[in-house]
Amino acid sequence: MASNSDSVSDTQRSLYPYVTGTSVVALKYKNGILMAADMGGSYGSTLRYKSIDRLKPIGKHSLLGASGEISDFQEILRYLDELILYDNMWDDGNSLGPKEVHNYLTRVMYNRRNKFNPLWNALVLGGVKNGQKYLGMVNMIGINFEDNHVATGLGNHLARPILRDEWHENLTFEEGVKLLEKCMRVLLYRDRSAVNKIQISKITEEGATLFSPFSLKTCWEFSAFKNPTVGAEGSW
Amino acid sequence: MSSIGTGYDLSVTTFSPDGRVFQIEYAAKAVDNSGTVIGIKCKDGIVLGVEKLIASKMMLPGSNRRIHSVHRHSGMAVAGLAADGRQIVARTKSEATNYDSVYGEPIPVKELAERVASYVHLCTLYWWLRFSETDSHYHFKLYFFVFFTSITYCWRFHRPFGCGVILGGYDRDGPQLYMVEPSGVSYRYFGAAIGKGRQAAKTEIEKLKLTDMTCRQGVIEVAKIIYGVHDEAKDKDFELEMSWVCDESNRQHQKVPDGLLEEAKAAAKAALEEMDAD
Repeated sequence: MASNSDSVSDTQRSLYPYVTGTSVVALKYKNGILMAADMGGSYGSTLRYKSIDRLKPIGKHSLLGASGEISDFQEILRYLDELILYDNMWDDGNSLGPKEVHNYLTRVMYNRRNKFNPLWNALVLGGVKNGQKYLGMVNMIGINFEDNHVATGLGNHLARPILRDEWHENLTFEEGVKLLEKCMRVLLYRDRSAVNKIQISKITEEGATLFSPFSLKTCWEFSAFKNPTVGAEGSW
Repeated sequence: MSSIGTGYDLSVTTFSPDGRVFQIEYAAKAVDNSGTVIGIKCKDGIVLGVEKLIASKMMLPGSNRRIHSVHRHSGMAVAGLAADGRQIVARTKSEATNYDSVYGEPIPVKELAERVASYVHLCTLYWWLRFSETDSHYHFKLYFFVFFTSITYCWRFHRPFGCGVILGGYDRDGPQLYMVEPSGVSYRYFGAAIGKGRQAAKTEIEKLKLTDMTCRQGVIEVAKIIYGVHDEAKDKDFELEMSWVCDESNRQHQKVPDGLLEEAKAAAKAALEEMDAD
């Protein structure tokens, strides 16, 4: 199972995730960032929790989406809460923007990885400050980058090709949502840990808005599904 | 009134024959020489105000903050030696976030005041303290260490904090105001004042009907008191710094909004002119 600590010293530790969230997809649009994730928490192959909030606003300017171990995500939220609190207490007219928060998270993730005690997450950090949009990703081994559209987990393989083809600068809000829904629909069909309860949130200069969760319409009326054994005699 | 210590006032570990610790009293004098700091408890929150004496015209307005947020729901105004005050504020912030991370709720103001008072008091006893983040009951760890060192090192450097602090916060039990003196004593107040003009300020505060007052009105009153108490002859320039934590500010401690601050200053200046005209 999980690799155990040495009997001599407790310095070697790797983890296995227990309750995990699946992909997060995000893109830059005209006024800011749009981010989508489903609300599922899988316990291994069981879709155990169906109402987990995986998108959270951070401070005034950022939005954090997480996939991977949910308890590690909650711990990261506590770190960030303290970070933002201390930032607010300066009360000097400045506040931490998405670039700064992303950098902080990268340092945390990378340093934990170096101690063989990673936070088992892939994080998406997006935000707008002073008109500048920022969208970045950092994962459990400390790989971080920023781009116009990012995704975690299976989203990298299923959603990003769609985004590479169809994303362009200055998407309107409606276009952005449609594009995200298209990505989430593919993930819903193809990702076994996906749950049909999607949350979309946006962040603009004015602040973060989390929209209520909704379900995507799916279509199973394909002829191949109606007669699945045609062409493969003996299968079921 | 002030008796000369002569020999009993060289160290904070020495009592005088009449049972006083002179170093602590001298520390209180350092507080008395600073600009006035006022706190009042209104029916819906706390208002803190500071008469920030400006040492030089070169200083940027808004710098050298005397009121600090120590957590979302509470703030602290400092009078006395500014550097000592910084230490106390840092410790308070640390205590507040520590409580929050252990117990999952914002620290009750009463608990925070107790911790601040305990810390201030400790620094009147022991000279070299090793504080760790999780230690809010310092006495246990320190006991052995201090027992050995204090005997040999009691003639070394230690002095009490030369600053008094007014701590105001809003928790589940409503708004609360505490004052911590350099001796480590802490009481809860309706209205408190420290610094140069504290006697006059206390008289003015006692005249106010605090239980009927909202913080909006309280801000105006505090400004009037500070302007009134400011000694034009001895100290020329001062800057008024005010903060509040009340229902209107969503129970968050923050600077009084600019519009209201200007309104308060104007009202205070008008009140002064009225008094001069009489």
